[in-house]
Amino acid sequence: MKKFQLGEFEEIVMLITGVLYNEAYGVSIKKAIEEKLSRSVSMGALHTALGRLEAKGYVKSHEGERTEERAGRPKKYFQVTNLGKKAMEYNRDTRNELWNAIPKTAFGLKYNSSL
Amino acid sequence: MKRSTAPPGIFQRFFCWFCRPKLRDAIEGDLLELYQERVRLKGKRRADLLFIIDVLLLLRPGIIRSVNPPTFPHQNNYAMLKNHFKSGWRRLIRNKGYAAINICGLAIGMTVAIFIGLWIYDELSYNHYHKNHETIAQLWSGETDPNTAAVNGGYSMQYPVAGVLRQDYPQYFKRVLLSGWIGSNTLATENNKFNRTGLFIEPGVAEMLSLKMLEGSYHSLNDPNSIILSLSTAIALYGNGDAINKTIRIDNKVDAKVTGVYQDIPRNNRFSEVQFFSPFALQIQYRPSIRERVSDWDNRAFNVYVQLQPGVSSDAASAVLKELYIKNVPPDLKKNVEKYKSFVQAVPMDTWWLYSEFIAGKPATGRIVFVWLFGIIGIFVLLLACINFINLSTARSEKRAREVGVRKALGSGKSQLVMQFLSESYLVVFLGFLVSAALVFFLTGWFNRLADKDVSLPITQPLFWLMALAFILFTGLAAGLYPAFILSSFQPVKVLKGVLKTGRLAALPRRVLVAVQFTVSVLLILGTVVVYRQIMFARDRPAGFDKSNLITISTRDPAYKEKQDIIKEELLRTGVVASMSSSNVPLTFISNVTGGYDWRGRKPGFDAEFHSVKITNDFGKTFGWQFVAGRDFSTDFARDTTDAVVINEAAAKYMGMKEPVGEKLIDIDGETGAVKKTWTIIGVIKDMVIGSPYDPAMQTIFYYNNGSPGQFHIRLNPDAGPARAVAAIQSVFEKIVPSALFQYKFVDEQYAAKFSQEMRIGKLAAIFAILSIFISCLGLSGLASYIAGQRSREIAIRKVLGASVPRLWHMLSADFMITVFVSCLIALPAGYLLMNNWLQKFQYRTAIPLWLLVTTALMAMLITLLTVSFQSVKAAMLNPVKSLRAE
Repeated sequence: MKKFQLGEFEEIVMLITGVLYNEAYGVSIKKAIEEKLSRSVSMGALHTALGRLEAKGYVKSHEGERTEERAGRPKKYFQVTNLGKKAMEYNRDTRNELWNAIPKTAFGLKYNSSL
Repeated sequence: MKRSTAPPGIFQRFFCWFCRPKLRDAIEGDLLELYQERVRLKGKRRADLLFIIDVLLLLRPGIIRSVNPPTFPHQNNYAMLKNHFKSGWRRLIRNKGYAAINICGLAIGMTVAIFIGLWIYDELSYNHYHKNHETIAQLWSGETDPNTAAVNGGYSMQYPVAGVLRQDYPQYFKRVLLSGWIGSNTLATENNKFNRTGLFIEPGVAEMLSLKMLEGSYHSLNDPNSIILSLSTAIALYGNGDAINKTIRIDNKVDAKVTGVYQDIPRNNRFSEVQFFSPFALQIQYRPSIRERVSDWDNRAFNVYVQLQPGVSSDAASAVLKELYIKNVPPDLKKNVEKYKSFVQAVPMDTWWLYSEFIAGKPATGRIVFVWLFGIIGIFVLLLACINFINLSTARSEKRAREVGVRKALGSGKSQLVMQFLSESYLVVFLGFLVSAALVFFLTGWFNRLADKDVSLPITQPLFWLMALAFILFTGLAAGLYPAFILSSFQPVKVLKGVLKTGRLAALPRRVLVAVQFTVSVLLILGTVVVYRQIMFARDRPAGFDKSNLITISTRDPAYKEKQDIIKEELLRTGVVASMSSSNVPLTFISNVTGGYDWRGRKPGFDAEFHSVKITNDFGKTFGWQFVAGRDFSTDFARDTTDAVVINEAAAKYMGMKEPVGEKLIDIDGETGAVKKTWTIIGVIKDMVIGSPYDPAMQTIFYYNNGSPGQFHIRLNPDAGPARAVAAIQSVFEKIVPSALFQYKFVDEQYAAKFSQEMRIGKLAAIFAILSIFISCLGLSGLASYIAGQRSREIAIRKVLGASVPRLWHMLSADFMITVFVSCLIALPAGYLLMNNWLQKFQYRTAIPLWLLVTTALMAMLITLLTVSFQSVKAAMLNPVKSLRAE
């Protein structure tokens, strides 16, 4: 049974939210993902993921400033919570464990045979 | 900053509309920020496009708001609903007449719908008693007439077919059972004799039909001299049903031991008439001639039932069977198979009943037509009842308008008012359902007798209750939805001020609905009348012989052999019998069609076929033949018994003979064309109705042959009285052939049975038609009384000013009359086209005369006039002082 439910895209969103720290809101997260991972993200996918993460308690949000280019709509800033941090760590640890568990020969042999 | 760069407004608004309020501001802000940036970098057009794509991609479950955001979430509506029902109930009590009309109309409509539903369910579940009904099929062989390209065929198969199927196609057929025909046999125990319907079929039938064995097992028929009985037969034969291991003599020829008893097969199954099963081997024992057919590919006298392997469709099996003949028949028959394109197909059990009629060699139509017909009638009758409710509710809207205004002013939303009116309609529908359930309960017996069915409300099945619930929900919605929306859409300011849309336009939807009601009713009535006329037309068709006082007796029992002359002599001596004769086949259906004939003037290549009947002396006298030309068989002419033939008018026409008497009819060998026998035509009789009374008479030849009398025909002395005559005849039969069971049938009763099916359908349709017009009139009467009441002050003032009663009557009735007249204008041409189309399928058919259409219209108008006048005259006669003082 999974201790923490965290999908691949959700994990990326959380990582980026962490990277951006105090500057993580919709547009900035979207741009960062597109820049760093060179994949396009739709607004819908992003906000759905953020909504889910907030519901799980992995991120929290607060309203920010209202700028003119946003026609007076407030920014919604996101922050990783402690629970969210644990979930990310858990994810990373399980990955690492699995990486370590791979026998050295597994990839080595394959590499040899293809030669 | 100048805001000339705004995103496409409609998409922005669309987003704001569908987005959850909580997320809206933040996401909209993000969208706008992105948009501004894109305008700067990529230009407005591209930014617009990306904006639109973004908005569309936002259409996903996490973002879209719920359909109806509750103003007060988690509100408890219980008290409000309770209040709706309570106030609805009080309103019904206050307006008893109006409530009665609504509830009665709906109850009648629902009762009709329930009965039709039960009828359809019964029809659709025909043969479903057998667990394997989906895989059971019967073989059917057909051939194409090279002259006309018509495909003819039937269920009779050749003996060797079953063996070939078993041997060569086991991957298609799990079970192949050769059998005889379902027929009547005499079962004799030590003390008693009974006539019972049975089927001789190869073992395995009990398992194939999943019979419920009360005694014995599925292997009980493995012994050739065995018989299994239905429970009711076992009880009839042995009283207590203790039949096992008893010996029964079948048809006075062979003995069989009872090895099993099964639960009677319920009525809506093909095999329900079968009261016993016996092995086919037993039939071979007592009819040794069957042995000659074991490898005869030319004689079709058997039935073959098959059970398909799991996963094999009947179409797949039929595709394989198409080649059966060409692969297996001996070389001398190959030419015929090729010429007639003979083929075999497997007709699945599920089509036996509903698709019993074949078109182009495929089961295409049959009872399914009536299933559709009644289904449509049921929906229409229910619809008529719903229209009553709709009309009466909207007509009374003025009374409710103030209430709606006050409720709205006090803060009711439209949806709450819709709720209220819907719950009122559900109250009425539910009461209607209770009444109709009671009606169905009490009328089931009557309906079963009328429809010749065995239906009942399946109250033990949960599915039935679900259906009933769905039925109530549907009817409630159909009846209540429109009034609910009309009533709840009144604007409070207007209705409270007293301004309500009235006049001609407001009543238009109502008039349209009344027109729909009468269109449907007139259609149903016209249809019923035409069906009746067609049945009567066929029934009054000259039968070509005298049906009354004629009885017929089957003589399958071998004890009758050689006894015909003695019986005849004795019968004539009793004085109750006018004459007696016999024929080889019964004359109530066409059973013996033969080919291979030639005559002077036959077109080459014309393969003639005749229904041929072997008869004995006095046949013409017994049946009351009417001669068009020539004479009857006579003992004065010796050659009459050897080479004379009497034909019917249809045969004369068929052969194209103007003066048939004296012409020769030559019996030739179909293969070689060699002359086998030459008949001389001595007489032509008027056509006798032997087959379907809706078909033209089949060309028939009668010739003398006393070798194989299969059927005695006895003309009773009309003075004797049938009861006394039958008793006297019975005593003669019991004296001369004591071993045989005396069983007789009156020919006129058998003749009437040809119409029973149609009569039954016609009667049902007539009842539904009458009920539909009754429901329509009920609604009309309610509407008329309401409108008269509404205009009571107007009527009073008109009266004071000198209007006469007839004038007022005219004023109140004219609107309705015009509406009904319009619906007649729609219904009659449509009905004429429909029914004319229906009549085309009968060869022998009546026409639809103009006066019938006119009479139907006049009847509809008259009924309307009576219904409306009752109310309008009452209103017009009222004392003006009373109605003026009322307020």
